[in-house]
Amino acid sequence: MATVFCSSELQRFTGEELSAVSALNYRDLLKELYGKFPDLKNSDLEDMVIAIDGEIVHEPLLVEIPEGAELHFFHFIAGG
Amino acid sequence: MSEAKEYKYIGQRTIRPDGYDKVTGKANYAADLTLPGMIWGKILRSPHAHAKIIKLDTTKAEALNGVMAAATFADFPSVSNEAIQSGEGATDALDLGRNILARDKVLYHGHAVAAIAAKTEAIAERALALIEVEYEVLPPVMDVRDAMKADAPLLHEDLFTQGSAEQPEKPSNIAARHEFKMGDVEAGFAEADMIVERDYYSPTVHQGYIEPHACTVNYNKDGQSMIWCSTQGHFDVRASTAKLLAMPLGNLKVVASEIGGGFGGKTTLYLEPVALILSRKSGRPVKMEMGRDEVFRASGPGSAARLTVKVGAKKDGTITAMKSTMAFEAGAFKGSPVMMGCMTSFTPYNCPNVYCEGFDVVVNKPKVAAYRAPGAPQAEYAAEMAVSELADKLGIDQIDIRIKNAAKEGTQTIYGPKLKAVGLVECLEAARNSPHYQSALKAGEGRGIASGFWFNVGGQSSVTINMNPDGTGTIVEGSPDIGGSRASMQMMASEELGIPLNDLKPIIGDTESVPYSQSTGGSRTTFATGMAVIEAAQDVVRQLKERAASLWNVTPEQVEWQDGVAINTAGEDKMTCAQICAKNDKTGGQITGTGNVNARGAAPSFAVHLCDTYVDQETGKVDVVRYTAIQDAGKAIHPGYVEGQYQGGAVQGIGWALNEEYIYSKDGVMENAGFLDYRIPLASDLPMIDTIIVEVPNPFHPYGVRGVGESGIIPPLAAVGYSVGNAIGANVTDLPCSPPRVLKLIQGKN
Repeated sequence: MATVFCSSELQRFTGEELSAVSALNYRDLLKELYGKFPDLKNSDLEDMVIAIDGEIVHEPLLVEIPEGAELHFFHFIAGG
Repeated sequence: MSEAKEYKYIGQRTIRPDGYDKVTGKANYAADLTLPGMIWGKILRSPHAHAKIIKLDTTKAEALNGVMAAATFADFPSVSNEAIQSGEGATDALDLGRNILARDKVLYHGHAVAAIAAKTEAIAERALALIEVEYEVLPPVMDVRDAMKADAPLLHEDLFTQGSAEQPEKPSNIAARHEFKMGDVEAGFAEADMIVERDYYSPTVHQGYIEPHACTVNYNKDGQSMIWCSTQGHFDVRASTAKLLAMPLGNLKVVASEIGGGFGGKTTLYLEPVALILSRKSGRPVKMEMGRDEVFRASGPGSAARLTVKVGAKKDGTITAMKSTMAFEAGAFKGSPVMMGCMTSFTPYNCPNVYCEGFDVVVNKPKVAAYRAPGAPQAEYAAEMAVSELADKLGIDQIDIRIKNAAKEGTQTIYGPKLKAVGLVECLEAARNSPHYQSALKAGEGRGIASGFWFNVGGQSSVTINMNPDGTGTIVEGSPDIGGSRASMQMMASEELGIPLNDLKPIIGDTESVPYSQSTGGSRTTFATGMAVIEAAQDVVRQLKERAASLWNVTPEQVEWQDGVAINTAGEDKMTCAQICAKNDKTGGQITGTGNVNARGAAPSFAVHLCDTYVDQETGKVDVVRYTAIQDAGKAIHPGYVEGQYQGGAVQGIGWALNEEYIYSKDGVMENAGFLDYRIPLASDLPMIDTIIVEVPNPFHPYGVRGVGESGIIPPLAAVGYSVGNAIGANVTDLPCSPPRVLKLIQGKN
């Protein structure tokens, strides 16, 4: 199991701060989250970047979600 | 990261490969390209800050002898609200188009309304005066406080606040609301023995790049159109222009000229699509240049912001709660960096109870653009001022309170992930041990200390290294060089290949000659493009070993590569890089190494600045008398350029804190649109900015690199602001600390 930490923004759609997920990849993660929280489909979730154990992953479709991972979604950070 | 090792080139202070051309005036900037048959484009700009366009007619202008074409928003093919890549993020295509040429309203003084191309600049200027525009003037909204009022004049009738708890029923100037929280902030304040709460203001400021926006373009109906321009991201110029003009990406080549400064302000575009429309209509190459006043009035500055910060701590200095509410000006279209302000505001502190609320607010000013660490200087200014005041009220040393509460590896951030290895404590300790901090202040002087945090990012970068038959090579990268990055790329390639720096020529490829790279930003270029260089160089080494193996009739695994020489471990043969390359034609042809990365593992860079100021009590004039910038570089590839980034960020931040601000009339007309009245610091205004490079390696980069171009602008606002307050014995809240404002504080105190 991994844990999704929902930001304040996502909590508006999930109503929960944490969500345990069994998905082992990004595709299944989205499916699982939308199944649990249908309102999430109205969010910008898929435009956000995901950090797995604190590391921002730009190609989420190419990585596996490790057991016990901490997952965070947040908006893309732009620089100057 | 690889084990600690001795480097041959990394860490040296080499001569920049582009230096000679720049100091001799031979470098070609955006305005330097002239093409056969070229004509000139000029922009008609709005005289009003807020008005409806009732009529727009270019007929008389187009009839003027010598005029070749005119352009208005109507010349853009259908543009939707689709997101397009711009800078390191995404932007709304319709907003971008409406900012480049106004559609039905002008939203700031200087907003582009129409464009003319003519055989000479003078004819184009005359033609602009013949364009007929009728406006219905509307009241301008120039400040977030006014813009957020329920009865404020609306800039956009279709703008509804995103992120509200409830779906808004009415449009608003508040484009978005962001909220970040962790822990229980009210419980944290209940635990506190001392609380500081104050309102702060940071003004609209410009990046102040010396080279104005300019471009030369050539539309070609039969195939490749070309844009030559000054940009931090030529692939983004291609994407945005192609989207606005409904062109296939492959039909547009963008060449990045040398760039005379950007600092984030050249991650977007203003002229290029207009010039291409004019070129398409006239059948001629078109050149366009902004004047300095146009740069101020119509290109993107950094956001003005109003913030309320509350910080509480126990008597021993343990910070128990931090709270900030901030409203950032987005300018005429949504998209201020307020969210990043929320994310960065308190990240230098390991505090369990934090709350940040941010509002993105449209006002009748030019659409803001990125400016080093966008959003962080304003947000962290307020936070650092409050922490400094709290320390003084508790009688705790400014550095001690920051070390006691410093973010470190494992600290939970408000935006999500826990921090990995970071160097804030090391920077604070270096500050405490510095000769500057150990020195005593003189009479009339004050001291300020502040920290700064920026995330840094990685992203996509591409590099090819083409080896020549004589063993030299060309490094072709896709990241425009705004801070000396060509030297760093050359050094990293030399380190991997083991061949001399001068044997490798780094160049910036156009959008057709190098694969996609995201724009150049202080967060990512040396980090991510550097990783692509390392990957490309390692690819070259692999091929060189294969070629040597084939010449020696051994396996590649039996070949070692040391200091630019292949060694046959199965015998006693050696071959230099040049000897192997000379036999290219017999061993498989051209050797080209490629590196295409989507870099992960970017690591934050923390900065700590010390500032001493002297304040003239009679005039309110502030002199910075001593300044030290300390920052974690992870590993400084070229220490001279790292120091240059620290000094450049510090100087820009000092200007922001001391003098810089957009001054508007009540009608929304900018009154100081030139460097005479918008005063950036000159070399003669400042002491030497001392620097201390701290190196806490980023474990996710082969050499340990962290981006260093962003964090340096964050601490100066509070370091200078608190220093001034310290010198005059008053609380500074509003920037800049210009003489009239400081004098008012002195007089108020007396």
